[in-house]
Amino acid sequence: MLSLQGLVSQFAVLALAVLLAPMLTGWVNQCRAWLQNRSAPGLLQPYRVLTKLFSKEVVLAHNASPLFRSAPYAIFGCLALAAAIVPTLGTDLPLNAAADAIALVGLLALARLFIALAGMDVGTAFGSLGARREMLVGFLAEPALLMVLFTASLISSSTSLATIVQTLAHREFVIYPSMAFAGVAFTMVSLAENARIPVDNPATHLELTMIHEAMVLEYSGRHLALIEWAASLKLFVYSCIGLALFLPFGVAGPGDWVGLLVAMPVLGVKLAVGGFLLALIETLSAKMRIFRAPEFLGTAFLLAVLAMLVHVLLEG
Amino acid sequence: MLQHYGPQLINLFAAVLLLLSFAMLTQRRILSLINLYAAQGLVLCLSTALVAWLTGQTHLYGSAALTLALKVVGLPWILHILIRRLNVKWDVETLINIPSMMLVGIVLVILAFNLALPISQLAGTVTRSTLGIALACVLLSFLMMITRSKAVPQVIGFLSMENGLFFAATGAVYGMPMVVEFGVALDVLVGALILGIFMFQIRERFDSVDTRHLEKLKEH
Repeated sequence: MLSLQGLVSQFAVLALAVLLAPMLTGWVNQCRAWLQNRSAPGLLQPYRVLTKLFSKEVVLAHNASPLFRSAPYAIFGCLALAAAIVPTLGTDLPLNAAADAIALVGLLALARLFIALAGMDVGTAFGSLGARREMLVGFLAEPALLMVLFTASLISSSTSLATIVQTLAHREFVIYPSMAFAGVAFTMVSLAENARIPVDNPATHLELTMIHEAMVLEYSGRHLALIEWAASLKLFVYSCIGLALFLPFGVAGPGDWVGLLVAMPVLGVKLAVGGFLLALIETLSAKMRIFRAPEFLGTAFLLAVLAMLVHVLLEG
Repeated sequence: MLQHYGPQLINLFAAVLLLLSFAMLTQRRILSLINLYAAQGLVLCLSTALVAWLTGQTHLYGSAALTLALKVVGLPWILHILIRRLNVKWDVETLINIPSMMLVGIVLVILAFNLALPISQLAGTVTRSTLGIALACVLLSFLMMITRSKAVPQVIGFLSMENGLFFAATGAVYGMPMVVEFGVALDVLVGALILGIFMFQIRERFDSVDTRHLEKLKEH
């Protein structure tokens, strides 16, 4: 059933995600600069970069196929849809019936597939190198992410994200040891998936060890703008999934108009704290060799499996 | 308040204990291994004190204090001195690579949970569901002892196995009698000291603390 509140919160979630995602990236960059004793770029720097890129002309390689040109739109579309599914403000989302947590992982995988194909399309060495590494990281991170989501699903006996948030947020406070394991696993997966420091360095495209930047080297103009925007959106989506699973408090239930208004500043505070913690992790850790990445993600998978086992033993 | 969340907190401590066991299993650095062992001791001490408070078993406070003195302060201190004297601070590669060791670890955890399920149903304590985790910790420490070739990680594995046993005793029957606990504590302390001397002997004989060299000693 479509309710007015559902429609409003659905559009609010989508608009908020698309518009605020670059600001989250800007905030993380700012915190990182502060922690490293550098003078920080402004909070709105990512928007300025996006406007600059949108006004520039697109330069395409001679052998670029239509796939290369359409991939940025597909990636952006996938991530915007993913952002619309995650209940950040209210749990009454009409789109939520269309996709559960597993479909969400599928959407993220689809975006990854497109960016990897686009990376290989032009045929440069860097592009295919980045695409291969991205797929390596992706195929190790995906099962761990699914396991984390399954743990939350076991607790709330539903794979729908809205139901999970509803169950976790609106009932008596219980300590879930399994969610502690799942939280650590999820943090590791999001670091790897968002090309953050222990696995990839988001600040440079001049390194041989880069993953994400290697794939998008050939892009320019509005295509690059969309890809950068989609990368910010991905960080936003992952942060929101993390908040929905581990800190679901302050999200409005169905028919709760006041809650919807309160949820916005609450979400802002939670994202600001989360972004600061991300910058802290990135500052404190060193980038590891690419061959250590399977070990890192293997540990994440192990923790997620342990979370499920601990749930069965201690909370079953 | 604490009465209500007490059993949940004990479950949380049990989960952290299991997490630390896994961290020790996959740790390459000896120095971090010792710190993890001390952290495990601290969690053990907290959970024992909590069980004592929840159930009113006053003798458990004694064993919590013993744990704090011995496993958080004493033994890590001895181990720190030991590795400084032996000068073995660098990374140690395990015999099996770490991802496959983690998979073996998961299988062990499943095994332990399955084994403990019928036993814990017989126990009537508030902490009975942690028995599986305690058993898993023991098995993981066993695995750690088997897969390390250097003597110091093997000793830490042995000590951490005792942590698991102690946790099992607290979980299943609210701890052992004080006499037995003192005996075990003394055994562990003396064991660690003897193993320390033993390590010096190994190094003197082979210029290394790699226990693989001991295989040369057999008669042909």
